[in-house]
Amino acid sequence: MEFPGLFNYWIVIVLMMTGFYIVMAHGNLIKKIVGLNVFQVSVFVFYISMSKVKGGTAPILRPGLDEGVEVYANPLPHVLILTAIVVAVATTALALSLIVRIREEYGSIEEDEIIAQENNQEEDQ
Amino acid sequence: MAVTALTMAHLRNLFGVVMLSGVFSLQAAALYVALDAVDVAFTEAAVGAGISTLLMLSALAITSSMEKSRKGVSKGPLALAVLTGVLLIYATFDMPVYGDPNAPIHQHVALHYIKNSGQEIGIPNIVTSVLASYRGYDTLGEVTVIFTAAAGVLAVIGRNRRSRGKDKKNGEKSMKFKSVLRVTSKLLIPPILLFALYVQFHGDYGPGGGFQAGVIFASAMILYALIFGVGNARQAIPAWVTRSGIALGVLLYAGVGIASMLMGGSFLNYSVLASEPTLGQLIGINLIELGVGVTVASAMVTIYYNFAAKAPEEWTPEEEEESEGDL
Amino acid sequence: MEMISQIAGWVLLLLGSAFILIGAVGVIRLPDVFARMHGAGIIDTLGAGLILAGLMTQAGFTLIMVKLAFIFIFLIFTNPTATHALARAALNAGVKPLTNFKKTGEDKPSKS
Repeated sequence: MEFPGLFNYWIVIVLMMTGFYIVMAHGNLIKKIVGLNVFQVSVFVFYISMSKVKGGTAPILRPGLDEGVEVYANPLPHVLILTAIVVAVATTALALSLIVRIREEYGSIEEDEIIAQENNQEEDQ
Repeated sequence: MAVTALTMAHLRNLFGVVMLSGVFSLQAAALYVALDAVDVAFTEAAVGAGISTLLMLSALAITSSMEKSRKGVSKGPLALAVLTGVLLIYATFDMPVYGDPNAPIHQHVALHYIKNSGQEIGIPNIVTSVLASYRGYDTLGEVTVIFTAAAGVLAVIGRNRRSRGKDKKNGEKSMKFKSVLRVTSKLLIPPILLFALYVQFHGDYGPGGGFQAGVIFASAMILYALIFGVGNARQAIPAWVTRSGIALGVLLYAGVGIASMLMGGSFLNYSVLASEPTLGQLIGINLIELGVGVTVASAMVTIYYNFAAKAPEEWTPEEEEESEGDL
Repeated sequence: MEMISQIAGWVLLLLGSAFILIGAVGVIRLPDVFARMHGAGIIDTLGAGLILAGLMTQAGFTLIMVKLAFIFIFLIFTNPTATHALARAALNAGVKPLTNFKKTGEDKPSKS
């Protein structure tokens, strides 16, 4: 069993499960967003670690200095992850603005307090 | 990195959690450099450790900063997380070994990109050529996502029209008593803007490109807004400029695509934009990176303006207690 | 000559890392907010500066050295400003500096 070879995937799984746990178990909305961020970063690390080639270098062609460089790291996951990072910050910004709005409406950002207020409103109607 | 993530799960002080998330992003950026992904590292450092932390801090300023205490570790989610983790670990035994050059993902399209992007497109940075030319549709979608996010933030916590008169008052109030910060930021903001332009146009030759440049430009504006007050920043770059900037970038990007259609090629095929294919590619890539940079910068500044407008009034410095004057 | 610059580079890098470690220990162990900022200042100025100097000697007289020099200049500008802003914020929040640390080693906690 190639133990050192698969080590990077296991670290990614640890990070991913930490983010997953934070999103599920914590009631505070901002903490959930942080957990989502951790989850996203773990996915990025997964892709980037898959794109590394042993003995390769960064995927930039430099005509004068490139004698002897045969192998480049795979540029395709880099592109996908670049897009993903920017999308992650866009969703984080939108989620944070929603949290601000929720705070204005309900006065709190703890999930159980918000649900309690929703239930009270339903009973009153 | 795992230690940082676990500490973030444990801490109740949200300010500390947000700071740790910035540290986490920085560690991820360092990891990417070690894994030869320099473009991604640049973007992660600028976006994750910079803008993301800033937005979370702004949100924290508007809401509370301590989490309600929970009753220990919740069993259900923990069991679910551990179970999923075990299943995923079982799934990794089929995956290729780390660094293996014969892994399937290195075989097909990527080989074509690495071998041929030198002749077909002619710019040294393969990641930029893949991002802007080979996978141009994806990047168009990404710019639209940023546009949508900024539009969404505007829709959810948009500025109300009545407070336009408050800008000037807010601007004057926060100018005093901060001389060290004011002087230093006045010294630093022009080089930051210059660096943003350098990164924007140097994306062909090294790590860089539209996204990173847009974020760095936005961070210069946000620095100005932080030190000199949002009122002054709104007078320097008014809200209507940033709102139109968001749309203009996407328009530029799609416009390049339509222009290449009008010139006889397919949508976003830059080879037809000039007499020679590589020159056309160069023009097309630079134009769309410019569009991306404009949209990203305007979106980040718009989002920050909207967050700052919601901050409670006691965030402006307290002049009454500043009896000792300037430090 | 080549060897000397290599050795100098390594020595500078190691010194820089050592100072970062010392600064980190200081940030954790010092008793007061304002004292801890000294530790943070050491990390930024001395630690990062020495590491940048080490990288510069290893890069030789190329464009990379100029870029590293620029990074160092910006670091010198921003680190004291950040420490200053931190101290201002702490003062505004009402943290009083710890001024009664007795020689016997017991410390009264500051009002934080």
